[in-house]
Parts: sequence; structure tokens; C-alpha cells
Amino acid sequence: MATSSERSPPPFPDSEDQDVLDAEEVRGRDSDEDEDLFGSTSTSPVTEMDTTPTSDVSMKPPSDIMNDPLIEPMSSQTGNKPASEPSDDFFDLTNNVSVVAAAATKSDDFVDILGSETGAQRGEVVKADVTVEATIDRSEVTAGVIDPLSQQEAKQTSTAPVIDLSGDSQPVTSKIADPLVALFSDAPPAAEAKKPSSANVDLFDDEEGSDIFAEPLQTKPAKQPQKSLFGEPDEDVFGEPLGAISKKPVPKELKEKSVTTKVTAGGPLQDSKPADIFSQAAASTPSVTSTVNPKTNGVHSEEDGDIFAAEATVELSLDSPRNERKKEATAKPSAPAPTSLPAAASLAKPQPPALEELEEEEEEEEEDKFDIFVSVKDPEKIGDGMNAYMAYKVSTQTTLPMFRNKTFTVRRRFSDFLGLYEKLSEKHGPNGFIVPPPPEKSLLGMTKVKVGKEDSSSTDFVERRRGALERYLQRVVNHPSLLQDPDVREFLEREELPRAVSTQALSGAGFLKMINKATDAVSKMTIKMNESDVWFEEKLQEVESADQQFRKLHALVESLVVHRKELSLNTASFAKSAAMLGSAEDNTALSRALSQLAEVEDKMEQLHQEQAASDTFTFAEMIADYIRLLGAVRGSFDHRMKAWQRWQDAQSMLQKKRETEAKLLWANKPDKLQLAKEEIAEWEAKVTQYERDFERVSATVRKEVIRFEREKTKNCKRQVITYLECLLQSQQQLIKYWEAFLPEAKAIA
Amino acid sequence: MTSIDENSKEKLRSVSVDLNHDASLLIDIPDALCERDKVKFTVHTKTTLSSFQKPDFSVPRQHEDFIWLHDTLVETEDYAGLIIPPAPPKPDFDSPRDKMHKLGEGEATMTKEEYTKMKQELEAEYLAVFKKTVQVHEVFLQRLSSHPVLSKDRNFQIFLEYDQDLSVRRKNAKEMFGGFFKNMVKSADEVLISGVKEVDDFFEQEKTFLLDYYSKIKDSTAKAEKMTRAHKNIADDYIHISATLNSLAADDMTANKKNLEKLSDLFEKFRKVEGRVASDQDLKLTELLRYYMRDIQAAKDLLYRRARALADYENSNKALDKARLKSKDIPQAEEHQRQCLQKFDKLSESGKKELTSFKGRRVVAFRKNFIEMAELEIKHAKNSVALLQGCIELLKSN
Repeated sequence: MATSSERSPPPFPDSEDQDVLDAEEVRGRDSDEDEDLFGSTSTSPVTEMDTTPTSDVSMKPPSDIMNDPLIEPMSSQTGNKPASEPSDDFFDLTNNVSVVAAAATKSDDFVDILGSETGAQRGEVVKADVTVEATIDRSEVTAGVIDPLSQQEAKQTSTAPVIDLSGDSQPVTSKIADPLVALFSDAPPAAEAKKPSSANVDLFDDEEGSDIFAEPLQTKPAKQPQKSLFGEPDEDVFGEPLGAISKKPVPKELKEKSVTTKVTAGGPLQDSKPADIFSQAAASTPSVTSTVNPKTNGVHSEEDGDIFAAEATVELSLDSPRNERKKEATAKPSAPAPTSLPAAASLAKPQPPALEELEEEEEEEEEDKFDIFVSVKDPEKIGDGMNAYMAYKVSTQTTLPMFRNKTFTVRRRFSDFLGLYEKLSEKHGPNGFIVPPPPEKSLLGMTKVKVGKEDSSSTDFVERRRGALERYLQRVVNHPSLLQDPDVREFLEREELPRAVSTQALSGAGFLKMINKATDAVSKMTIKMNESDVWFEEKLQEVESADQQFRKLHALVESLVVHRKELSLNTASFAKSAAMLGSAEDNTALSRALSQLAEVEDKMEQLHQEQAASDTFTFAEMIADYIRLLGAVRGSFDHRMKAWQRWQDAQSMLQKKRETEAKLLWANKPDKLQLAKEEIAEWEAKVTQYERDFERVSATVRKEVIRFEREKTKNCKRQVITYLECLLQSQQQLIKYWEAFLPEAKAIA
Repeated sequence: MTSIDENSKEKLRSVSVDLNHDASLLIDIPDALCERDKVKFTVHTKTTLSSFQKPDFSVPRQHEDFIWLHDTLVETEDYAGLIIPPAPPKPDFDSPRDKMHKLGEGEATMTKEEYTKMKQELEAEYLAVFKKTVQVHEVFLQRLSSHPVLSKDRNFQIFLEYDQDLSVRRKNAKEMFGGFFKNMVKSADEVLISGVKEVDDFFEQEKTFLLDYYSKIKDSTAKAEKMTRAHKNIADDYIHISATLNSLAADDMTANKKNLEKLSDLFEKFRKVEGRVASDQDLKLTELLRYYMRDIQAAKDLLYRRARALADYENSNKALDKARLKSKDIPQAEEHQRQCLQKFDKLSESGKKELTSFKGRRVVAFRKNFIEMAELEIKHAKNSVALLQGCIELLKSN
């Protein structure tokens, strides 16, 4: 996170800069304040959509309503969407931009958003040294995203937005690129033609969409100009205006909104028109997008982005949920999920009705999308003595356009893997994501390695760990959300990583972690959650019992391994003994048969040994993985519980404040009453906020658990088949050996 | 209380020795009862020999009776030149009993199903040990019955015919110690007479061979035992794994359920195959080695007796020389010397025959067992392969 600050574009308002800088704080603050302001309001309108038919929302009323509050720069854009005529506007805008006329208010506005978006983009791409890369990455991402989606017949809902995106992204990227102007000018109308009509689904044929937008995007030539042209200008040209504009108008607007609409209290203003959503979302754009964390805001900003054909973002995902939401009029975006992460995040949102549909969709998506393989190879001991450590070669093979190369290799040490996990779990854990855990630190195992004993147990240990690390990374990159995380990409791509600290078991940080864990455990015990959702209750129980069973199974398989090794040893010694017996035997044929038997047993020993290895690496390690993963699943349940607890705390706080107000009212103290009212308003907002947080986390957890289970099924099956095939092979081998022995036995005369 | 049925026993019939069945005297143990640590065997005899009162009869016998019979045979001077079939080992149910005990302790950590399976497995193991015990006792009698000389032994016939409890006096502590002492003396004697120069190359060779072979086969037996036990452990592990997978499947509500169930099923079948592999290995390999270890000990005993006779002959020669020197008791010494020589020659002659036939018997038994073992291994492995292939296909198609 902190790294993104280097790269954060100048245009960013100061306040945002801070956001970017303190990743940690951002979350807290965002959730406390920003989200507070935007989030709560934005929910309300959306919920309100429940009642109004979708078409209404997007078509008519908004245009009226929107125009009012959006006197600000936003107006042009916001208008763009709902009413069909704004298409011209939009056109203008884009043209302006392409001419690089940054002066016009409208275009400014546009630029504003653009800038912020790109900023966000860069925030995500973080380490890319050149801004150019940010753009490339982004455009590539969009292209990549379109790819799988357009192939799917899929839900039009999801494709449509995607195309929206692509259309949008096109402007962003190609705007300045002269060669693409033509193309671009075609695109927006098409997009708009669809957008205004609420039935965009019908009109929006994915074929069409992909033809128009996707293809050009994917072509290299298209990208090249983008890179060169867009990269620099983006910052210079748009950046400046953005800085100016976004700093001022946006916060102002935001303030106004919040004040006028009393963002805080969900109650009275719940039916504030869609205008709220858009305007606020728009307002929030700059502030939020730059960080990865501020989910809620991110959502809206993105939505806003694609509604208004502003700029495309990596997040195709948000579109689908949004449209879904609209279409199904299920409204209640209970969890406007973390949107800086795409697909999965957005899909986490869906309500039960939409859930299945989305799942299917996601499944397809997943299969096409994650064309990335990570391998961890060549463990190598570096250094001597207790300071020695193991370094591994992490090679990535991918066709994903978000990476610069198709294959690349970096060297990472074990603590780097842990560091990655720390970062990921810190970022995504609280949101209910199941972050795949790496293998544990093992002082004993590592000490053995460090001491440099070249015995089988230490090579075993290293191999086990290598395999575990590989599977861990593969799981991370297979996770649609985590793959998008800048830290992951950095981990895979960057040559030198800053040394991961605080992963040492015996360091101060390690000690702190232990304390934290302990307090967590205590608080977990003290939190009594009356579970409202049966699903979670059942799942938690399932997970816990599965955890127990897996642990048992692991112990059993370990003992199987021990026994198998014993058998191998005993077979070896019997083989030797049989050979001796053969040499002592005075009957030539029998002597020969005995030495043949010894040979057979020797080979059997090999088989047993190989089988023991397969027991260990395929079977036991798979189970160990699942024990770790189940731990992570439980962790996500814990995070959900924490969110719930926060909500409950806020509620009781609100209750207290209300009581105080009542007392004050009774005591007739108007001066303090005002303060109390304000406080109530504040807490009401927090309650709504936390409740929504909780719902969002719940939805994410639910989705993650479902994903986990599906992955588990797939993965388990694959592993088991591998294991069984290994067993099969050894049995076939065994047949061969004995069949060879049989004539020898028969030859004894 | 366990009794075995004829059928299963028939299958298990030992092939450790190849007996030239003489239809005139057929012995088997169709039934046995286990009471506490005593095993009562029912010894059934079918005969056409006129020395028996009836052609068909059964008597109850205990392990101690077998030992008594063996000991009396060994002590019979006339049989010194024969390889006395080794006495059957004492029934040993300690290992399955210990395991049963452990299982009872660990009951809490297992599911009911798992426990039942483990118990079944142990019962099967117990039964196998029991059958093996019956079998070795039977083989002992059969070897006696097929021996041209030993089958005519009076004590043997009494053992078979006397329909009351033999109520062989159990050895008391003094006698036990005496037996131990006798063994010590024998060992010391063996060392002493080892200095006696061998006159016959055949016996010289046999001696070195048997000594060497004995130590080798003893080692092999121990190793094979360990190996089969390890195999058994693996089969037991499969039981637990199968049970755990099953309970995992029971809890699992996802699509994984079926996979887990199948896997559990596979392991369940697999453990049966693996258990069979272990028990067949035990029967065909370990038992064979174990039996010949004891048989070689018996052959060694024969060699010892012959060597003793040789030493006696040498001593009588010396005594005769002395007597001649002193011209005193010459005829007595001559007579003694002649007797010793006669005994030694007789021993050598029958010993040579016995050892040669022993060699042939051993080779045949090894051949038979090896072939059977290889065939069984192949059969089981093919079974496993079929199981695995079936399971893999099921999983893949799913």
C-alpha cells in the first residue's frame, strides 16, 4: 500500500494522498468516515430502488432529479446516463478530451474522474515503475476481462456492463490516441444507445459489444499507442485539472450532500432519489478509488464510472452486480462489496435469489479466466548457520494480460511468502475473504536444515514445504480477488522485495502477534453471537467438524506413512536376509530362487518407499492444506462475528445516546440537546454503516465459503486421483515383479 | 472360546511339509477349543493298522501332551538317529490379546463403526493365530504318522488311542530347571565334542551347512515376521482412514461427499486386500521359515547325538587302549568299544538317510510355498488394481 504512494499521481487531493499513504488507517478511517458519509446514503437509494421499477430508475426520474443536485461538474456526466440525449454531451466530452482541451467544465469533470480512476488504477498496479504500465495493465485487464466474458453466452447483464466498460475504457485509453478516435467515437454512441434504455440487456448483445469494443482493445497496435500517448499525458493533462477540480468541488459537493441529506441517518432520507447515488458516488470517486480498501465507495465510484461512460476500470465486476441489482429489483445492495477487486468481490454481493445464477456465472468465468500457473522450485539454502534461509524459485506462467511477460521467475525466501500472507490477510481478511494460508513456520524443521544435516528428514521437510508453498501460491492466484491484489503481482513479478519483517516467530512482532491472537481468542469466547442466519450456523458447524475430522485423518495418514516406512525398512532387511539365506542354501535351484526372492523384496522396498512418499506428498499434504484452509475459513467466520460485534456495539451506543437525549429533553436543556441530536445522528449513521458492513462481510463469507467448497471438491478429487493413480502404479509394478518371480519358484527342483 | 470349522481349516492346511501320506494311518485335528490359556485339540485318527483297536477314533489332547510325546521320542535311545519332528510351539495368543486390550482402551477415540471393524479385524487375527496353532500341532502328528519308524512308536499310538485324559504330569519347577540345566550341559558338551575330529565328509559338510543355515533362517524368520506385521499395520491404518473418510463424508454437504464416500469405500476394500496380503505372506513365507527353523534345529540335534556317539566311540577306543596297556578288563572294553562303534555306525547311517530326505523335503516345501505366495501376491495385486481402476474411473466420470 505504502508503495503506491510513490506512484500516486500528483493530481490527487491531499486528503486522498493520505489515504494512499496509510493503508492501514485508510480502512479504519474510510469505514468510519468516508464510508459513513457515502455509504450510508448510497445504500438508501439503492434500497429504495426496490420499489421503483428498474427502468424508472435508470430512465426518467433520475434525469430530473439528477440534474438538480448536479449543478456541479458532475452534472454533465450524470446526465449522460439516464437521459439518452446526453450522448451528445458525452461525445463532446470525449472529443474534448481527445483534443486535450482540459478547460471546459464538462471535460474537466470527465477528466477528473478519469484522473481519479487512473489513479486508482495505479494504486492497484502499484509497483509499476512507469505510469505507462499502469495504463497498460489496466487496459489489458479490461481486455482480458472482456475476453472470457464475451465468450460466455452468460447473462447479458454481466456482459453488458463489461462491454460498457470496454467502451469506456476505450475512451480512457484511446482518447488521446488519434488512431483510435474514430473507433472510439463509434463506441460511445453504441454504448449510449443501450445505456439509456433500461432494457439494455436486450439490446446489448454481447457479440455486438465484443465486436465493437473488445477486439480493438485486444489488438496490440491499439495498445501501443495507448501506452505511449496515454501514459504521460494522463498525468500531465488530466492530472492537473483533476487536482484542481477534484480537490474543490468534490469534497464540497460531498459536504453539501451529506449535510443536506443528512447522510447519517438512514431514516428520513432513505428515499432520496437516485441522484444521490450518482452524485455521491461521483463525489467519492477520487477519494476512494486510489485505495484498495474502501470498498463501498469504490463500488459507487465504479458504478458511476460505467454508468456515465466515464472510464473503464478493471472492475467489470461491479457492473454485473449493479445491473443485476437493478434488473432484479432486489435492490438492497446489502453488500456493495469490495470493488477494487473484481469479479469475486462483486459477486459476493448477490442476495440469495441471485446467488445461484451468479455462482454459475462465476464458475464459467473462473475457468476461462485464471490462466496462470505458479510453480515453486529449486529450494536452495542461502547462508550458513542460524542465519541461513531457504530461497525458492517462483516461476509464473500466464497468459493473463495483466502481467508484463508470459513467464517470469523471481527468487523468494520463506519469510516473503509469509509476508505476502500477512499483507493479504490484513487487507482482505476483515472483509470476509478466505485468504489461503502458507505453511507454518517450523523452527525444528528449519533448524535441522540450517544445521545442514543432509538426512532424509530434512530433505523431506524442504520438499514438503516447497510443495505447500507452491499450492499456497497457486491458491492465491486462483482466487479472483487476490490475484488482483498489487502485493500478489508484486510478489510474483518484482525482482527485489523489501525484506518481510515481523514474520520471525521469535521477534517482537511475533510476540505481539501472539498477544493479539490471545486477545482475539478471549474476545471470541466472550462474544455471544445469536446467529440469525441458519446457513452460517450450519456451515460453521460443518467447518468445525470437518476440521476435526481432517486433523484425525492427517494423524492417521501420518501413521500410515510411518508404517509404510517401517514396512519398507523391514522389507529391505528381509531382502538382505533372504539373500544371505540363498547363499547358504545348498540346493542350487532353491538358492537361486531365494536370491530372486531377495531381489523382488528389494524392489518391493522401493515401491513401499515411493508409496510412502506419495502418501506424504499427495495425501497427507493435501489434508494438511485443508486443515490450514479450514483454519482460514474459520477466520473468515470470526471476522464476520467481529463485524457483527461492532454493529451491536454501535447499536447499544446509539441506544445510550438516545436515552441521554430523552433525559436531556426531559431536563429541558436545549443547548445540550442539539449536541445529543448530532451524536445520535452520528451513531445512527454508524449503526447503518456497521450493519451494512456486517451484511457485506456476511455475503462475502458466504460466497467465499461456497467458492472454497467448490474448489475443495475439485482439488480434492484431482489430488485423490493422483494419489490413487500412484497406488495403482505401484500395484501394477508389484504384479510385474511377482510374475517375474513365479517361473523362478517353479524352476526349483 | 473358539472353535474352527473344517472348511476354513482345510484351506489353511499347512504346506510347510510335504508328507508322503500313508493311507494306513491318517491323523487330523478337526476341532479345537480354547479355554483361557489352554487349548484342547481333538485328535482324530483313521487307520487300517491292526495295532489299533478301532479303525476310527478321536481323543482330546492338550498342548502339553504333544510336548510330552515329543520329549519321550527324543529321549528314546533307538530314535537317536532320526530327526525327531520339532515340537509344536506353545499357543501364543498374547499379541492379539494385547491388541484387543489396547483397542478397548482406545475405544473412545474411535467411531463405533471403526471400533467394530477393528474388533472384527482383531478377531480375525486371533482366529488366524488359533488356526495356525492347530495346524502346527496337526503337522507334528502327521509327520510322525508318515515316518516309517516313528509311526510305530508305542507312545505315539497311546497318544492317539487312549481315550481318557492323558493327564501328563506337568513339569514342576525342579524339572523345568533340570531341563534348562540339561540344555546348558548339552551346549557345553557340544563345544567339547566339537574338538572331536569328524571322520565322515558328509557329516562335516552337513554340520557347517546346518549351523550356517540355521542362523540365516532364524534371521530371515524374524525379518519376515516384522515385515508381515508392518504389512498388517498398514491394513489397520486403512481401516481408520476409511472410517474417518466416511465420517468426513457424512458431515460434508457438498459435491465432495460422493468423492469422499467412494474413497472411504475404496480404503475399506483395500484394507481387506491388504490384510489378506499380510496374512498370506505370514502363512506362506513366515510360517515356512519358522517351521524349517525348528526342523533344522531338530536336524542339528541329530547331528549332536551322532557327534556324541562319535565322542563316546573315541573314548571307548581310548579306554580299550588303556585296558590293553594295563591288560585289564580287555574284553569289557572291547565289548564297549564295539557297542559304541555299532551305535555310531547305526546313527551315521540313519542320520545320512534322514538328512538327505530332509533336504528333499525342504526344497519341495519351499518350492510349493513360493509358488503359492507369488500366485497369491499376484492375485491380490490384481484385485487392488481392479479396485483402484474402478475408483479412479468413478471419480473421473463424476
